[in-house]
Amino acid sequence: MEAAPTEPPPGDAAQKKRKRPKPDAYLASIGDRKLKGRLRHTENLIAQSSKAAAKIGEWLAPAEAGTLEAEGVEETWQFQQQDIAAAVGAGARSKAFDLVLPELGPYSAAYTRSGRHLVLGGRKGHLAVMEWQRQRLTCEVQVAETTRAVTFLHNELFWAAAQKKYVYIYDKRGLEVHCLRDHTAPAALEFLPHHFLLASVGEAGLLTYQDTSHGAIVAQHRTRLGPCAVMRQNPHNGVLCLGHAAGTVTMWTPNITTPVVKMLCHRGAVTAVAVDPTGHQLVTAGVDCQVKVWDVRTFKPLHAYFANAPATSLDVSQRGMLAVGQGRRLQVWNDALASKARSPYLTHALPTGGVASLRFCPFEDVLGAGAAGGFSSVLVPGAGEPNVDSFLANPYASRKERQEAEVTALMDKLQPETIVLDPDSIGKLLREPSQVAKERRAAEDEANRARRREREETADEKARMKGKNKPSRRQRRKQSNVIEEKRPAMLARMREEEERTRAAAAEEKQKRVEAVPRALQRFAR
Amino acid sequence: MKVKVLNRNEEDFTRERAQDVKKVHRNYDPALHQFTKAHEYTRALNAAKLERVFAKPFVCALAHSDGITALARNPRKLNSLVAGSADGEIRIWDIPGERALRKLIGHSGAVRGIGFAPDGETCVSAGNDASVKLWKVPYAPFEAGDVCAEQGPVLEFQGKHAFRGVDHHWCRSTFATAGATVELWDHGRSEPIGSFSWGSDSVVSVRFNPAEPDIFASTGIDRAIALYDLRQGTPLRKLVMQTRCNALAWNPMEAFNFTVANEDCNLYSYDMRKLGTATCVHKDFVSAVIDVDYSPTGREFVAGSYDRSVRIFPFNGGHSREIYHTKRMQRIFSVRFSGDGAYVFSGSDDMNVRVWKADASAQLGVTLPREKHKQAYQKALVERYKHLPEIKKVVRHRNVPKPIYKAAKMRRAVQEADKRKLSNRIKHSAPGAVTVKPERKKKIVAEVE
Repeated sequence: MEAAPTEPPPGDAAQKKRKRPKPDAYLASIGDRKLKGRLRHTENLIAQSSKAAAKIGEWLAPAEAGTLEAEGVEETWQFQQQDIAAAVGAGARSKAFDLVLPELGPYSAAYTRSGRHLVLGGRKGHLAVMEWQRQRLTCEVQVAETTRAVTFLHNELFWAAAQKKYVYIYDKRGLEVHCLRDHTAPAALEFLPHHFLLASVGEAGLLTYQDTSHGAIVAQHRTRLGPCAVMRQNPHNGVLCLGHAAGTVTMWTPNITTPVVKMLCHRGAVTAVAVDPTGHQLVTAGVDCQVKVWDVRTFKPLHAYFANAPATSLDVSQRGMLAVGQGRRLQVWNDALASKARSPYLTHALPTGGVASLRFCPFEDVLGAGAAGGFSSVLVPGAGEPNVDSFLANPYASRKERQEAEVTALMDKLQPETIVLDPDSIGKLLREPSQVAKERRAAEDEANRARRREREETADEKARMKGKNKPSRRQRRKQSNVIEEKRPAMLARMREEEERTRAAAAEEKQKRVEAVPRALQRFAR
Repeated sequence: MKVKVLNRNEEDFTRERAQDVKKVHRNYDPALHQFTKAHEYTRALNAAKLERVFAKPFVCALAHSDGITALARNPRKLNSLVAGSADGEIRIWDIPGERALRKLIGHSGAVRGIGFAPDGETCVSAGNDASVKLWKVPYAPFEAGDVCAEQGPVLEFQGKHAFRGVDHHWCRSTFATAGATVELWDHGRSEPIGSFSWGSDSVVSVRFNPAEPDIFASTGIDRAIALYDLRQGTPLRKLVMQTRCNALAWNPMEAFNFTVANEDCNLYSYDMRKLGTATCVHKDFVSAVIDVDYSPTGREFVAGSYDRSVRIFPFNGGHSREIYHTKRMQRIFSVRFSGDGAYVFSGSDDMNVRVWKADASAQLGVTLPREKHKQAYQKALVERYKHLPEIKKVVRHRNVPKPIYKAAKMRRAVQEADKRKLSNRIKHSAPGAVTVKPERKKKIVAEVE
């Protein structure tokens, strides 16, 4: 808490300066009083309703987030998983488990947006979808092909796998429904749920966006930065963050063929990238053993963490906890994004081998870690959002509700053009500042003047005769002169040339005919 | 160690039986609801498009045997409309049943005006045959069927000259006729109880003020709009415009405001108390405006023109929000709003009374509360984003018949040329030498007390 100022500010000016601009400040520049009044009324309505919504949100958000508190000399990072599991109820305890799958790993993992379903993809082609809380396997397939990444599409009915050559889409029964041949040698997959876009990047460094609602390729960008296997979306604005071998992180939208942002983050390759749910902070890890937190609004580093080994995977939970995987070791940091934390919140050594991918489960205090020898579900108290929104991603949706949600999502599907760095700029008119407009107009006038001057200087024909000085006539006269001057000479030259070639051909033929015996001359050509 | 891990009970989120109310949990955390602005914009765009898709304003056409010259709606019954035609026949229409209840036979020339008495059971009609007739208007029963009985007038009032219009008083048994002079009549007297004239030219329309019982206004072919007070023997005030006004309508909610339909393709709204300047000029028609009528809400009015189109204007907006036309619709002679402001009636030269929806994309019939909510939401969305170019384009676009389009284009070119000429003149003359009359005063010639 800040201390209250001991003395009042020196004057009105200082007070004014400290005031934040009102949301309807733009109204001052509107001249039309009728329009201004109506807009002000609308702004008031919006402000009121958002306030009311916030209040209702407080009342209707009954559940509280999970907690883990140390007492006395204990530190939270000292607690083992079995201690936590022993201290919680049976329901929560069942959420911590290890799947030991030593044969076909390492595994990549992904949850649905509601957190109810989990898809696992083993490097050697073992793909499985499960309702993990009920420990029920939905489907399991062996594609007998290298699989590098998996992700769910808009709901649990469809999921995509980045296999050796192409991306494949499977349904809930594990049947292959589509082979997306435009994605070549994909290594990372991301699905943008608001836009129904499936994005992949891989060996060729080719970033491909495909619309999963109608199947069209929306954009294909050549990153020109070599093979890429690190990709995450910024959930706030749908911009894709790619980590490259040169230590750069680039941000892409489907609308621009070059990266909208390119930042040098690490010395050495970038190994993992994660963006927090508010979209304000970016976390990157590199082979230089650094984990850095960046402010995405200013593109400046906030702080950096140093590790004894490079982190291989990262993820940020709904409530802003950062998970870092290094080899078999797993660390979870609390409050590590906004400020620099001193020590981890939790640590854990995976029994299933080195970490391949980390994903927090939405709306649960669970961290899913795909590892070299299987999959581990780790309890992280306080990681997940405690209050569910039934209309957003309902973990308990019935079949009918899911169908309705699908239709609603498709009706509200956003066009790829809405992926921009600042999504709040959509629906706003940007007015050119008067100074800029003035400068632009001056530059235009200057250019026009220069062009006119140049034209006047280079005009070779003088306009002397009265009535014959129309621009069109002058032009026509010029053209006709050119033709009359050059054309006869050209035609004569062409005729001469033709005659010469004809004569040469006849002479040639004559020679050939004379070369053969007389009796055969009539067969000569 | 104190530890708590999220563990939800599924029963709190699901219902036991299908009959139970669904359990809904909301979380308005903005981090969960991303892209709200973009979603809202997309919905607004879709709503604007859907509005145009569902814009089917035409409801039905009610056929007469000659061109429609006068329309009147019953002030007491929503479903009743009376239409008079050029052959002197008047029909009482049951609108939902789309059937004529009565044919009122009596006029020997074209009917030029119809006015309803405040009780909604009688109406008066005036025509070219120099007579005013009073009719009984029967009640439309609910069961539909073919009723088209003929009926004669109850009373007849003989005038000295052909009438051009009539309007009944809003609360008394008096009515006013327009012709060579403005005459006041009473149901109980066979002779006019009063007469007003100002100059020698004839008067084409007359309308009583809905709020002030003694005030009424008329328009005449001497290009004047005249205001009268029943308590005085002479007219109050007169406003002369450059071209004549064909019709006049009072705003029922702000009864000191009225709108006139002018011959110069525009409509002009005036404040009765301040006639020196129009409060608004309503442009868009490309030919003379023949009739105008206000919605009962006073927020918009409908006007019909000689260019074969009907337009709906906001009471304070310079351009129409809607244009209605069909291939077969001819010159419009009369327009009326329905009593609930949901429909618009137009009577035209092609012998049909046409019924239109006032809101072109409105859904007819009973709407469920959810539908109502959704429609209100969509309307609000479009309202909010209507200034953005993509949405504005969809909302404003109207297909108009080729002649209207071409005429409008030509008018625009002429107006731009005039504007350019004026600006050139200003540029090349001494500052202050050229005075520019504002559009709202331009067409006013004189104000006579």
